[in-house]
Amino acid sequence: MSFLTINEINKYYPQKDGHLLEVLNNINLEIKEKEFITFIGPSGCGKSTLLNILAGLVKADSGRVSLNDKLITTPGNDRVMVFQEAALFPWMTVIDNVMFGLKAKNKDKKEAYDKALKQLEAVHLADFKDSYPHQLSGGMKQRVAIARSLVIKPKILLMDEPFAALDDQTRLVLHKELMNLWLDLKKTIVFVTHNIREAVKLSDRVIVFGTNPGRIIEKISINLPRPRARESKELITIENYILDLLEKEVSFKGGNQDEKIMA
Amino acid sequence: MKKLWRRSLFIISLLLIWQGLYLLEIWPNFLFPSPMMVGNTLVEGFTDGSFIIAMAASFKRLLIGYSLSIVFGTLLGVLIASNKIIEDTIGPFILALQSIPSVVWLPLALLWFSLGEAAIIFVVVLGGTWNMVINSSTGIKNVQPVLIRAAKTMGVKGIQLFWKVILPASVPHLITGMRLSWAFSWRALMAGELIGTGTGLGQILMWGRDMGNMSLVISIIILIGTFGYLTDNLLFKKFEDRVLTRWGLDNE
Repeated sequence: MSFLTINEINKYYPQKDGHLLEVLNNINLEIKEKEFITFIGPSGCGKSTLLNILAGLVKADSGRVSLNDKLITTPGNDRVMVFQEAALFPWMTVIDNVMFGLKAKNKDKKEAYDKALKQLEAVHLADFKDSYPHQLSGGMKQRVAIARSLVIKPKILLMDEPFAALDDQTRLVLHKELMNLWLDLKKTIVFVTHNIREAVKLSDRVIVFGTNPGRIIEKISINLPRPRARESKELITIENYILDLLEKEVSFKGGNQDEKIMA
Repeated sequence: MKKLWRRSLFIISLLLIWQGLYLLEIWPNFLFPSPMMVGNTLVEGFTDGSFIIAMAASFKRLLIGYSLSIVFGTLLGVLIASNKIIEDTIGPFILALQSIPSVVWLPLALLWFSLGEAAIIFVVVLGGTWNMVINSSTGIKNVQPVLIRAAKTMGVKGIQLFWKVILPASVPHLITGMRLSWAFSWRALMAGELIGTGTGLGQILMWGRDMGNMSLVISIIILIGTFGYLTDNLLFKKFEDRVLTRWGLDNE
């Protein structure tokens, strides 16, 4: 049975001079349940737009996306998004932020509080439950954002360059935490990044996008055991392969829609 | 502490220059009273209660007019921010209204409501409303889109999205609007009271003029300045700073 199916998606953005920019051209992709899948590609390749279409925040011009054979047309809390800017509500304490989605579903307040606290413990931030977002570091904010999304128990976690604004050390720590959460919960994660190393280290599958028009140029499966060592030979080989692909994409505009199993 | 010293020194020099000019007797005493005379008038005004009654009356008008202007202003601001067509249509009109000094409305108010409370409150409302419309609509339009998107992906939409996210996210702008509207209303109130009847700071001011009592006039001017300063800079500014810090918008 198909889990998340992306079928012949096309998306155009009208430009100021009147012509249409083709952001996504005929995107077809099957995402498996519990899969960690990453979209990578140069800016303007439509990877974030596709993520927004999965979230229901942006409408495709043609094609369909379905989750468990149900068409996705609007946002829904079976698919929650984590943004690059954390997007915490600054007027709420950390715990209130985490409770936000539960309260919106009219969950009992006490129950919501307990769940939120448990989720904060999972990201090691229970001690900061009464702090305000402006008192937290970038990495802590992003952990709260992840907790706020996971507490709703979505089927899919959508992550739009969530670690791009963080320094390297913080990013490594968060990779580890995200991996642990994912191994623990076995949730589907769709992750967008422009960091090749990050993509290769985290993912079951990396989808490489090209620009103009935005399209998939290759789907790469990475069946390496976890936790993955940062400098392992296999990872570096795959990294270099993707780097070559993207370089070719930028300089020649080539590419076929191959499926490859790299490891 | 140094700042306090400098300020005290400034006020003392001002008082000394004032006293000096008084002693030179360039103008007759009743037109140019000494600092002591003004001080006595202030003390008398407070001991016989007339200043307190006047301040209470002015404050009551201000509160009524100001509250109405905040409610009208915010409602209109929300309407403008939520509908592009309404904004295009009445936006420029609001800006034009905001540029009208509120005292200009007085002749109209006097004819419609005759000399009385209603006329003054009408002017106070017109003084504060337009600024609040502009600030609240700006606040709502400038809510970070990512906050709205985040809320939407968590399944929040419609009226809940407005109450839980959009309105609280625009609070910093709303507070700024409330502070500015307070200042505008205060100015409008004084203009209204100069002409209106009843009791109030503005009326005492006019009474002082009619009686040729400059001591009284200057006392009231000092009261008006002090009241405005205390509410605007201490009360509202403190509150605004707290909100900006909480919302993570201060420049620390």
